[in-house]
Amino acid sequence: MLDSLLSFFGQGVQMGLVLLIAPAATGLPRLVKARLMRRQGPPLLQGYRDLMKLVRKEAIVAESASWLFRVAPYLIFALTWVAAALVPTFATGLLFSSTGDVIVIIALLGSARFFLALAGMDVGTSFGGIGSSREMMISTLAEPAMLLVVLNMALAAGTTRLPEVADFFVSQPLAIRVSLALALLSLVIVALAENARIPVDNPATHLELTMVHEAMVLEYSGRHLAMIEAASQLKLVLYASLIASLFLPFGIVRVEAGVVAWLGGAAIYLGKIAGAAILLGIWEVSIAKMRVFRVSEFLGGAFIFAFLAILLSFLTQEVLR
Amino acid sequence: MNHAYDVSHFLAGLMLLASFALLYQDRLLAVLRSFALQAIILALAVAWEAWVQDRPHLFITAGLALGLKGLVIPMALHRMIARLGIHRDVEQVVGVGITMLIGLGLTALSLLLILKATSGAPSLAREGLAIALAIILLGLLMMITRRNAFTQIIGFMSIENGLILAATGARGMPLVVEISVAFSVLIALFVFAVFVFRIRERFDTVDVEALESVRGDQ
Repeated sequence: MLDSLLSFFGQGVQMGLVLLIAPAATGLPRLVKARLMRRQGPPLLQGYRDLMKLVRKEAIVAESASWLFRVAPYLIFALTWVAAALVPTFATGLLFSSTGDVIVIIALLGSARFFLALAGMDVGTSFGGIGSSREMMISTLAEPAMLLVVLNMALAAGTTRLPEVADFFVSQPLAIRVSLALALLSLVIVALAENARIPVDNPATHLELTMVHEAMVLEYSGRHLAMIEAASQLKLVLYASLIASLFLPFGIVRVEAGVVAWLGGAAIYLGKIAGAAILLGIWEVSIAKMRVFRVSEFLGGAFIFAFLAILLSFLTQEVLR
Repeated sequence: MNHAYDVSHFLAGLMLLASFALLYQDRLLAVLRSFALQAIILALAVAWEAWVQDRPHLFITAGLALGLKGLVIPMALHRMIARLGIHRDVEQVVGVGITMLIGLGLTALSLLLILKATSGAPSLAREGLAIALAIILLGLLMMITRRNAFTQIIGFMSIENGLILAATGARGMPLVVEISVAFSVLIALFVFAVFVFRIRERFDTVDVEALESVRGDQ
């Protein structure tokens, strides 16, 4: 009884935590980038201020917009938030852990992307259409690689439930595994593409020729834009947590360990996310954006890495059996 | 999971990755660098096998791989490229995407084949053979898909990398054979070099498609 109460409470804490840190996690790479370019950069609180400002502002909707255009931001936000609730962050054994299947997470993110692409085309402007078509191109290339990475982890751990996968890798002795390194590389590439980060898309630009994500949400304003911004910030946290929980699973506590142990887990989790955000900032200043037509080669690389990872782990399993 | 297996698996996996890098690159100098990298990893892998299996003569093989294919051959090819003045892109018969997919298929095929064929053999040998066959097939694929004479040479050399890997994984390859293979590859390089310069002289290009025009039946 106490355990189930704890797991319920822990789930609530996780959902609050990811929502709370999301604007800062998006602001930190921006700050790191600015500092590396010898600029002052926006403070970490800027993300929260922007969201508050957008919520207070009037939402202007195009005349040609249908009901879908108004509903989509809330749907996208909700789907992304639920997906973020399923990824292990500071503790495993939470209320949703039994449903915390990677395939569910991919499906939730896929539906969110589907609604975003529909909303981009809904108003009928050419920018929205081009943004949607590019987003779909990127995601059709990224999703197979992502599924292969997941399959690789599932083959190793024997389950696709993320908390159990994390527990499994914590319990393993330290070993050099080239397949895991390849899977990590592949997942990082997919995460960069899915979050519209630099080699694929530039989050800081509104240049017509290059924008992908920004082109889709160009028609949104006010609270609708706030929802979409919050969802994309949550998505960044989600991918960072996913990578952290699969490849750096140390420090994740069991939920039964009690609230005091949670604090330790949460501190380590925040450290991992901050590390990922700083690395992302450094990565983004050190590389240029790709042409849209080269993205397929970049993401094809992710697919190759993921496939090779599966082949090599299969080889290891067969040879050592 | 034992330590010896882990490291050799890691190095062999990196060699396989280098083979894919060879297939993926479309600039001559980048192809050359990937090839040198693969040879250096091969040298490390062979040295590791020598250490683990306690077969000191393999250190000579590792030294040959490092010296000849990690340094001498890339430098020689680099000078040839510089003298011919071709730093431009490599033309390909099929696109990169399809080539990579075929490469993945070949890799899967060779793993399945070797695992079936060698059941009961020691794990290090099976591992080495499986990845070596994949590297050999990828080298052949590279020779088929590229039209530039240089990348075909490099494809041939990477096949030889695979052969050395196979030879070190399996016990019983005598040192004489390994040394003669290494030197015959060096001889092959000279022959290739002469041919490349001749082709260049006659056709003003190193694109082997140009040779099609001298076929009698067309």
